Amino acid sequence: MPDSNVSASPLLAVRGLAFSRNETPVFGPLDFAVDSNEALLVQGGNGAGKTTLLRVLAGLLRADAGHVRIDGQPARHELRARFVAYLGHLPGLKADLSALQNLDFLCGLHGRRKAQTPEAAMAIVGLGGYEDAPLRTLSAGQKKRLGLARLWLSPAPLWLLDEPYANLDLDGITLVNRMVQAHLRDGGAALITTHGAYAAPPVRTRMLELGGAAP
Amino acid sequence: MMWQAANALVRRDLRLLWARRGDAFQPALFALLTVVLFALALGGDAESLAPVASAVLWLAVLLAGLLALDSLFRGDAEDGSLEQWMLAPVPLWWLVLARTLMHWATTALPVIVAVPLLGELLHLPRAQLPVLMASLLLGTPILSLLGAVVAALTVGMRRAGVLVALLALPLYVPVLVFGAGSVAASAQGLDAVGALLLLGAGLVLALVLAPLTAAAALRIAHN
Repeated sequence: MPDSNVSASPLLAVRGLAFSRNETPVFGPLDFAVDSNEALLVQGGNGAGKTTLLRVLAGLLRADAGHVRIDGQPARHELRARFVAYLGHLPGLKADLSALQNLDFLCGLHGRRKAQTPEAAMAIVGLGGYEDAPLRTLSAGQKKRLGLARLWLSPAPLWLLDEPYANLDLDGITLVNRMVQAHLRDGGAALITTHGAYAAPPVRTRMLELGGAAP
Repeated sequence: MMWQAANALVRRDLRLLWARRGDAFQPALFALLTVVLFALALGGDAESLAPVASAVLWLAVLLAGLLALDSLFRGDAEDGSLEQWMLAPVPLWWLVLARTLMHWATTALPVIVAVPLLGELLHLPRAQLPVLMASLLLGTPILSLLGAVVAALTVGMRRAGVLVALLALPLYVPVLVFGAGSVAASAQGLDAVGALLLLGAGLVLALVLAPLTAAAALRIAHN
Protein backbone atom coordinates (compact mmCIF):
# COMPACT_ATOMS: atom_id res chain seq x y z
CA MET A 1 0.00 0.00 0.00
CA PRO A 2 2.06 2.88 -1.23
CA ASP A 3 -0.53 5.51 -0.35
CA SER A 4 0.15 5.24 3.40
CA ASN A 5 3.86 5.74 2.75
CA VAL A 6 3.77 9.41 1.82
CA SER A 7 6.62 11.69 2.87
CA ALA A 8 4.64 13.81 5.34
CA SER A 9 3.89 11.19 7.99
CA PRO A 10 0.24 10.82 8.91
CA LEU A 11 -0.89 11.33 12.50
CA LEU A 12 -1.63 7.64 12.81
CA ALA A 13 -0.37 4.90 10.53
CA VAL A 14 -1.14 1.25 11.09
CA ARG A 15 0.56 -1.64 9.28
CA GLY A 16 -0.50 -5.27 9.52
CA LEU A 17 -2.09 -4.80 12.93
CA ALA A 18 -3.64 -7.99 14.26
CA PHE A 19 -4.98 -9.02 17.62
CA SER A 20 -6.23 -12.35 18.85
CA ARG A 21 -7.66 -13.45 22.16
CA ASN A 22 -6.88 -17.00 23.29
CA GLU A 23 -5.65 -17.92 19.79
CA THR A 24 -8.92 -16.71 18.22
CA PRO A 25 -8.30 -13.80 15.87
CA VAL A 26 -10.36 -10.75 16.82
CA PHE A 27 -9.34 -8.54 13.91
CA GLY A 28 -6.64 -7.98 11.38
CA PRO A 29 -4.27 -7.80 9.82
CA LEU A 30 -5.32 -4.18 9.22
CA ASP A 31 -3.62 -1.41 7.28
CA PHE A 32 -4.86 2.14 7.49
CA ALA A 33 -3.77 5.69 8.10
CA VAL A 34 -5.43 8.77 9.52
CA ASP A 35 -4.20 12.25 8.66
CA SER A 36 -4.89 15.38 10.57
CA ASN A 37 -8.16 17.05 9.52
CA GLU A 38 -9.52 13.59 8.93
CA ALA A 39 -11.88 11.20 10.64
CA LEU A 40 -11.83 7.43 10.38
CA LEU A 41 -15.18 5.78 10.84
CA VAL A 42 -14.71 2.24 12.14
CA GLN A 43 -17.83 0.27 11.33
CA GLY A 44 -18.87 -3.26 12.09
CA GLY A 45 -21.47 -5.25 13.95
CA ASN A 46 -21.39 -6.24 17.59
CA GLY A 47 -18.33 -8.34 18.33
CA ALA A 48 -16.49 -7.28 15.18
CA GLY A 49 -13.60 -5.98 17.28
CA LYS A 50 -14.17 -2.22 17.09
CA THR A 51 -13.61 -1.63 20.80
CA THR A 52 -10.64 -3.99 20.84
CA LEU A 53 -9.06 -2.11 17.94
CA LEU A 54 -9.39 1.19 19.78
CA ARG A 55 -8.00 -0.31 22.98
CA VAL A 56 -5.01 -1.67 21.07
CA LEU A 57 -4.42 1.73 19.47
CA ALA A 58 -4.72 3.42 22.87
CA GLY A 59 -2.13 1.03 24.27
CA LEU A 60 -4.43 -0.72 26.73
CA LEU A 61 -3.98 -4.02 24.88
CA ARG A 62 -0.88 -5.36 23.18
CA ALA A 63 -1.21 -6.30 19.52
CA ASP A 64 0.00 -9.69 18.30
CA ALA A 65 1.51 -8.35 15.10
CA GLY A 66 1.94 -5.17 13.14
CA HIS A 67 3.18 -1.65 13.77
CA VAL A 68 1.46 1.47 14.97
CA ARG A 69 3.21 4.73 14.13
CA ILE A 70 2.07 8.01 15.64
CA ASP A 71 3.28 11.14 13.89
CA GLY A 72 5.83 9.01 12.06
CA GLN A 73 7.37 7.42 15.16
CA PRO A 74 6.76 3.96 16.60
CA ALA A 75 4.06 4.27 19.28
CA ARG A 76 5.47 4.24 22.81
CA HIS A 77 3.76 5.10 26.06
CA GLU A 78 4.99 8.71 26.25
CA LEU A 79 4.09 9.34 22.62
CA ARG A 80 0.61 7.89 23.07
CA ALA A 81 0.06 9.92 26.22
CA ARG A 82 0.90 13.10 24.31
CA PHE A 83 -1.05 12.31 21.14
CA VAL A 84 -4.00 10.13 22.07
CA ALA A 85 -7.19 10.84 24.01
CA TYR A 86 -9.41 7.80 24.53
CA LEU A 87 -13.09 7.88 25.38
CA GLY A 88 -14.29 4.37 26.10
CA HIS A 89 -17.46 2.76 27.39
CA LEU A 90 -16.37 3.42 30.96
CA PRO A 91 -15.76 7.14 31.36
CA GLY A 92 -13.69 6.84 34.54
CA LEU A 93 -15.91 9.14 36.58
CA LYS A 94 -16.49 8.91 40.33
CA ALA A 95 -20.12 8.77 41.42
CA ASP A 96 -19.40 10.47 44.76
CA LEU A 97 -17.71 13.53 43.32
CA SER A 98 -19.34 16.49 41.62
CA ALA A 99 -19.13 16.86 37.86
CA LEU A 100 -16.56 19.64 38.11
CA GLN A 101 -14.40 17.74 40.62
CA ASN A 102 -14.34 14.77 38.26
CA LEU A 103 -13.25 16.98 35.41
CA ASP A 104 -10.63 18.61 37.62
CA PHE A 105 -9.06 15.26 38.43
CA LEU A 106 -8.96 14.05 34.84
CA CYS A 107 -7.41 17.35 33.73
CA GLY A 108 -4.79 17.04 36.46
CA LEU A 109 -4.02 13.53 35.28
CA HIS A 110 -3.88 14.15 31.54
CA GLY A 111 -3.13 17.85 31.37
CA ARG A 112 -5.39 20.26 29.53
CA ARG A 113 -5.40 22.84 26.79
CA LYS A 114 -4.34 26.16 28.25
CA ALA A 115 -7.02 28.04 26.34
CA GLN A 116 -9.85 26.04 27.93
CA THR A 117 -11.27 25.83 31.42
CA PRO A 118 -13.38 23.00 32.84
CA GLU A 119 -16.28 25.40 33.42
CA ALA A 120 -16.27 26.55 29.79
CA ALA A 121 -16.06 22.95 28.55
CA MET A 122 -19.07 22.03 30.67
CA ALA A 123 -21.04 24.87 29.15
CA ILE A 124 -20.05 23.73 25.65
CA VAL A 125 -21.37 20.20 26.20
CA GLY A 126 -24.60 21.55 27.63
CA LEU A 127 -23.91 20.85 31.30
CA GLY A 128 -23.79 24.48 32.43
CA GLY A 129 -25.40 24.70 35.87
CA TYR A 130 -24.54 21.08 36.75
CA GLU A 131 -21.00 21.88 37.98
CA ASP A 132 -21.69 21.02 41.61
CA ALA A 133 -24.21 18.26 41.02
CA PRO A 134 -22.99 14.91 42.40
CA LEU A 135 -22.23 12.67 39.46
CA ARG A 136 -24.64 9.97 40.60
CA THR A 137 -27.55 12.35 40.08
CA LEU A 138 -26.66 12.78 36.39
CA SER A 139 -28.21 10.62 33.67
CA ALA A 140 -26.21 8.27 31.45
CA GLY A 141 -26.37 10.79 28.63
CA GLN A 142 -25.15 13.58 30.88
CA LYS A 143 -22.22 11.44 32.03
CA LYS A 144 -21.40 10.83 28.39
CA ARG A 145 -21.46 14.58 27.84
CA LEU A 146 -19.08 15.02 30.76
CA GLY A 147 -16.76 12.51 29.10
CA LEU A 148 -16.94 14.64 25.97
CA ALA A 149 -16.05 17.72 28.03
CA ARG A 150 -12.95 15.90 29.28
CA LEU A 151 -12.05 15.10 25.69
CA TRP A 152 -12.56 18.70 24.70
CA LEU A 153 -10.08 19.80 27.38
CA SER A 154 -7.47 17.23 26.39
CA PRO A 155 -4.47 18.60 24.49
CA ALA A 156 -4.12 15.36 22.47
CA PRO A 157 -4.69 15.70 18.70
CA LEU A 158 -5.86 12.13 18.09
CA TRP A 159 -9.27 11.24 19.51
CA LEU A 160 -10.25 7.61 19.87
CA LEU A 161 -14.02 7.61 20.37
CA ASP A 162 -15.70 4.34 21.19
CA GLU A 163 -19.39 4.59 20.35
CA PRO A 164 -19.54 8.31 21.15
CA TYR A 165 -23.20 8.47 20.08
CA ALA A 166 -24.44 5.86 22.54
CA ASN A 167 -26.86 7.17 25.19
CA LEU A 168 -27.07 10.60 23.56
CA ASP A 169 -30.21 12.36 22.38
CA LEU A 170 -30.43 14.00 18.93
CA ASP A 171 -29.01 17.18 20.42
CA GLY A 172 -26.08 15.20 21.79
CA ILE A 173 -25.39 13.54 18.45
CA THR A 174 -25.20 16.96 16.83
CA LEU A 175 -22.90 18.03 19.66
CA VAL A 176 -20.50 15.14 19.01
CA ASN A 177 -20.47 15.97 15.30
CA ARG A 178 -19.83 19.65 15.99
CA MET A 179 -17.03 18.85 18.41
CA VAL A 180 -15.37 16.45 15.96
CA GLN A 181 -15.70 19.05 13.22
CA ALA A 182 -14.09 21.76 15.37
CA HIS A 183 -11.36 19.38 16.52
CA LEU A 184 -10.49 18.42 12.95
CA ARG A 185 -10.47 22.06 11.89
CA ASP A 186 -7.78 22.65 14.53
CA GLY A 187 -5.58 20.00 12.93
CA GLY A 188 -6.79 17.04 14.97
CA ALA A 189 -7.98 13.64 13.87
CA ALA A 190 -10.55 11.20 15.19
CA LEU A 191 -11.28 7.50 15.08
CA ILE A 192 -14.96 6.86 15.67
CA THR A 193 -16.55 3.47 16.09
CA THR A 194 -20.21 3.03 15.30
CA HIS A 195 -22.51 0.27 14.14
CA GLY A 196 -23.39 2.58 11.30
CA ALA A 197 -26.86 3.48 12.47
CA TYR A 198 -25.93 7.05 13.34
CA ALA A 199 -25.18 10.12 11.31
CA ALA A 200 -21.48 10.60 10.70
CA PRO A 201 -19.85 13.98 11.29
CA PRO A 202 -19.80 16.19 8.20
CA VAL A 203 -16.03 16.03 7.74
CA ARG A 204 -13.49 14.33 5.49
CA THR A 205 -14.04 10.73 6.41
CA ARG A 206 -12.36 7.44 5.68
CA MET A 207 -14.14 4.19 6.36
CA LEU A 208 -12.82 1.03 7.89
CA GLU A 209 -15.14 -1.95 7.79
CA LEU A 210 -14.48 -4.63 10.39
CA GLY A 211 -16.07 -7.95 9.59
CA GLY A 212 -16.84 -10.53 12.21
CA ALA A 213 -13.77 -12.66 12.91
CA ALA A 214 -13.70 -15.94 11.06
CA PRO A 215 -14.83 -18.71 13.40
CA MET B 1 3.91 16.51 35.36
CA MET B 2 4.50 13.68 37.86
CA TRP B 3 3.68 15.92 40.81
CA GLN B 4 0.67 17.42 39.08
CA ALA B 5 -0.82 13.97 38.47
CA ALA B 6 -0.07 12.74 41.99
CA ASN B 7 -1.47 15.94 43.40
CA ALA B 8 -4.67 15.51 41.39
CA LEU B 9 -4.99 11.93 42.62
CA VAL B 10 -4.41 12.88 46.26
CA ARG B 11 -6.95 15.70 46.01
CA ARG B 12 -9.47 13.35 44.43
CA ASP B 13 -8.99 10.76 47.17
CA LEU B 14 -9.39 13.37 49.89
CA ARG B 15 -12.60 14.61 48.26
CA LEU B 16 -13.86 11.03 47.97
CA LEU B 17 -13.02 10.50 51.62
CA TRP B 18 -14.98 13.60 52.54
CA ALA B 19 -17.92 12.51 50.38
CA ARG B 20 -17.97 9.17 52.21
CA ARG B 21 -16.77 10.40 55.57
CA GLY B 22 -18.91 7.86 57.41
CA ASP B 23 -16.83 5.04 55.91
CA ALA B 24 -13.56 6.62 56.95
CA PHE B 25 -13.90 5.54 60.55
CA GLN B 26 -14.81 1.93 59.83
CA PRO B 27 -11.28 0.48 60.02
CA ALA B 28 -10.66 2.28 63.32
CA LEU B 29 -14.02 1.09 64.61
CA PHE B 30 -13.19 -2.46 63.55
CA ALA B 31 -9.87 -2.28 65.39
CA LEU B 32 -11.66 -0.97 68.48
CA LEU B 33 -14.14 -3.85 68.40
CA THR B 34 -11.38 -6.43 67.94
CA VAL B 35 -9.53 -5.00 70.92
CA VAL B 36 -12.67 -4.97 73.04
CA LEU B 37 -13.41 -8.60 72.15
CA PHE B 38 -9.88 -9.59 73.16
CA ALA B 39 -10.23 -7.69 76.41
CA LEU B 40 -13.54 -9.41 77.15
CA ALA B 41 -12.23 -12.87 76.24
CA LEU B 42 -9.14 -12.49 78.38
CA GLY B 43 -11.08 -11.39 81.42
CA GLY B 44 -10.27 -7.72 81.49
CA ASP B 45 -7.74 -7.70 84.34
CA ALA B 46 -4.42 -5.98 83.87
CA GLU B 47 -2.31 -9.02 84.71
CA SER B 48 -3.57 -11.15 81.86
CA LEU B 49 -3.91 -8.28 79.37
CA ALA B 50 -0.64 -6.38 79.73
CA PRO B 51 1.67 -9.15 78.41
CA VAL B 52 -0.35 -9.63 75.21
CA ALA B 53 -1.48 -6.03 74.70
CA SER B 54 1.09 -5.06 72.08
CA ALA B 55 0.55 -8.26 70.07
CA VAL B 56 -3.23 -7.76 70.13
CA LEU B 57 -2.89 -4.15 69.01
CA TRP B 58 -0.59 -5.16 66.14
CA LEU B 59 -3.09 -7.80 65.03
CA ALA B 60 -6.01 -5.40 65.31
CA VAL B 61 -4.26 -2.83 63.10
CA LEU B 62 -3.23 -5.53 60.63
CA LEU B 63 -6.73 -6.97 60.35
CA ALA B 64 -8.30 -3.53 60.01
CA GLY B 65 -5.91 -2.80 57.14
CA LEU B 66 -6.75 -6.12 55.51
CA LEU B 67 -10.43 -5.23 55.62
CA ALA B 68 -9.86 -2.04 53.63
CA LEU B 69 -7.52 -3.67 51.13
CA ASP B 70 -10.09 -4.87 48.61
CA SER B 71 -11.25 -1.31 47.96
CA LEU B 72 -7.77 -0.15 46.97
CA PHE B 73 -8.16 -0.53 43.19
CA ARG B 74 -11.55 -2.19 42.78
CA GLY B 75 -13.62 0.97 42.48
CA ASP B 76 -11.17 2.49 40.03
CA ALA B 77 -11.13 -0.68 37.94
CA GLU B 78 -14.92 -0.89 37.80
CA ASP B 79 -15.65 2.68 36.74
CA GLY B 80 -12.84 2.90 34.18
CA SER B 81 -10.57 5.23 36.16
CA LEU B 82 -7.81 2.64 35.94
CA GLU B 83 -7.86 2.87 32.15
CA GLN B 84 -7.36 6.60 32.40
CA TRP B 85 -4.43 6.01 34.78
CA MET B 86 -2.84 3.71 32.22
CA LEU B 87 -3.28 6.30 29.48
CA ALA B 88 -1.90 9.15 31.57
CA PRO B 89 1.46 10.66 30.65
CA VAL B 90 2.93 9.55 33.99
CA PRO B 91 4.05 5.96 34.76
CA LEU B 92 1.39 3.71 36.24
CA TRP B 93 3.61 2.74 39.20
CA TRP B 94 3.76 6.37 40.25
CA LEU B 95 -0.04 6.62 40.44
CA VAL B 96 -0.16 3.25 42.23
CA LEU B 97 2.32 4.56 44.77
CA ALA B 98 0.33 7.75 45.32
CA ARG B 99 -2.93 5.82 45.63
CA THR B 100 -1.44 3.27 48.03
CA LEU B 101 0.10 5.89 50.31
CA MET B 102 -3.17 7.83 50.31
CA HIS B 103 -5.01 4.63 51.12
CA TRP B 104 -2.59 4.03 54.00
CA ALA B 105 -3.07 7.58 55.25
CA THR B 106 -6.86 7.27 55.19
CA THR B 107 -7.30 3.73 56.52
CA ALA B 108 -4.24 2.75 58.59
CA LEU B 109 -3.32 6.14 60.00
CA PRO B 110 -6.64 6.73 61.82
CA VAL B 111 -6.22 3.34 63.51
CA ILE B 112 -2.65 4.16 64.52
CA VAL B 113 -3.82 7.46 65.97
CA ALA B 114 -6.34 5.51 68.04
CA VAL B 115 -3.70 3.06 69.32
CA PRO B 116 -2.72 5.01 72.48
CA LEU B 117 -6.38 4.94 73.49
CA LEU B 118 -6.80 1.26 72.62
CA GLY B 119 -3.58 0.59 74.56
CA GLU B 120 -5.19 1.99 77.70
CA LEU B 121 -8.08 -0.41 77.18
CA LEU B 122 -5.65 -3.34 77.12
CA HIS B 123 -3.50 -2.06 80.00
CA LEU B 124 -0.54 -1.70 77.67
CA PRO B 125 2.51 -0.73 79.77
CA ARG B 126 3.13 2.94 78.99
CA ALA B 127 6.83 2.32 78.46
CA GLN B 128 6.02 0.09 75.46
CA LEU B 129 3.92 2.69 73.69
CA PRO B 130 6.73 4.59 71.87
CA VAL B 131 8.24 1.39 70.45
CA LEU B 132 4.78 0.12 69.49
CA MET B 133 3.95 3.38 67.71
CA ALA B 134 7.31 3.41 65.90
CA SER B 135 6.90 -0.19 64.78
CA LEU B 136 3.35 0.51 63.56
CA LEU B 137 4.39 3.64 61.68
CA LEU B 138 7.19 1.73 59.95
CA GLY B 139 5.34 -1.54 59.53
CA THR B 140 1.83 -0.60 58.35
CA PRO B 141 3.02 1.16 55.15
CA ILE B 142 4.77 -2.12 54.25
CA LEU B 143 1.47 -3.92 54.82
CA SER B 144 -0.32 -1.44 52.55
CA LEU B 145 2.35 -1.76 49.83
CA LEU B 146 2.34 -5.57 49.95
CA GLY B 147 -1.43 -5.42 50.04
CA ALA B 148 -1.42 -3.24 46.93
CA VAL B 149 0.29 -6.05 45.00
CA VAL B 150 -2.33 -8.54 46.17
CA ALA B 151 -5.20 -6.13 45.49
CA ALA B 152 -3.80 -5.51 42.00
CA LEU B 153 -3.54 -9.23 41.29
CA THR B 154 -7.16 -9.85 42.31
CA VAL B 155 -8.68 -6.74 40.75
CA GLY B 156 -9.88 -8.73 37.74
CA MET B 157 -12.12 -10.90 39.92
CA ARG B 158 -15.54 -9.64 40.78
CA ARG B 159 -15.49 -10.76 44.41
CA ALA B 160 -12.15 -11.47 45.95
CA GLY B 161 -12.83 -10.81 49.65
CA VAL B 162 -11.40 -13.93 51.30
CA LEU B 163 -8.86 -14.57 48.57
CA VAL B 164 -7.24 -11.20 49.25
CA ALA B 165 -6.80 -12.19 52.90
CA LEU B 166 -5.48 -15.65 52.02
CA LEU B 167 -2.90 -14.16 49.65
CA ALA B 168 -1.92 -11.22 51.81
CA LEU B 169 -1.62 -12.84 55.25
CA PRO B 170 1.42 -15.04 54.43
CA LEU B 171 3.16 -11.97 53.03
CA TYR B 172 2.37 -10.09 56.23
CA VAL B 173 4.10 -12.65 58.47
CA PRO B 174 7.63 -11.14 58.42
CA VAL B 175 6.27 -7.65 59.07
CA LEU B 176 4.23 -8.92 62.01
CA VAL B 177 7.19 -10.89 63.38
CA PHE B 178 9.51 -7.88 63.38
CA GLY B 179 6.80 -5.38 64.28
CA ALA B 180 5.32 -7.18 67.26
CA GLY B 181 8.75 -8.64 67.99
CA SER B 182 10.31 -5.22 68.45
CA VAL B 183 7.78 -4.41 71.18
CA ALA B 184 8.24 -7.80 72.82
CA ALA B 185 12.01 -7.30 72.81
CA SER B 186 11.76 -3.90 74.43
CA ALA B 187 9.37 -5.34 77.04
CA GLN B 188 12.10 -7.80 78.03
CA GLY B 189 14.57 -4.96 78.33
CA LEU B 190 16.32 -5.75 75.04
CA ASP B 191 17.17 -3.23 72.37
CA ALA B 192 14.32 -2.79 69.86
CA VAL B 193 16.36 -0.73 67.42
CA GLY B 194 17.48 -3.73 65.39
CA ALA B 195 13.97 -4.86 64.59
CA LEU B 196 12.88 -1.29 63.85
CA LEU B 197 15.81 -0.80 61.47
CA LEU B 198 14.88 -4.01 59.68
CA LEU B 199 11.31 -2.72 59.35
CA GLY B 200 12.70 0.53 57.95
CA ALA B 201 14.80 -1.37 55.43
CA GLY B 202 11.74 -3.42 54.48
CA LEU B 203 9.75 -0.23 54.01
CA VAL B 204 12.38 1.19 51.63
CA LEU B 205 12.42 -2.03 49.64
CA ALA B 206 8.61 -2.16 49.49
CA LEU B 207 8.42 1.50 48.45
CA VAL B 208 10.63 0.75 45.45
CA LEU B 209 9.45 -2.70 44.42
CA ALA B 210 5.76 -2.94 45.38
CA PRO B 211 4.43 -0.13 43.11
CA LEU B 212 6.28 -1.60 40.12
CA THR B 213 4.94 -5.07 40.83
CA ALA B 214 1.42 -3.81 41.49
CA ALA B 215 1.44 -1.78 38.27
CA ALA B 216 2.50 -4.84 36.27
CA ALA B 217 -0.19 -6.91 38.00
CA LEU B 218 -2.83 -4.27 37.22
CA ARG B 219 -1.92 -4.37 33.54
CA ILE B 220 -2.19 -8.17 33.51
CA ALA B 221 -5.44 -8.26 35.47
CA HIS B 222 -7.00 -5.58 33.32
CA ASN B 223 -6.56 -7.29 29.95
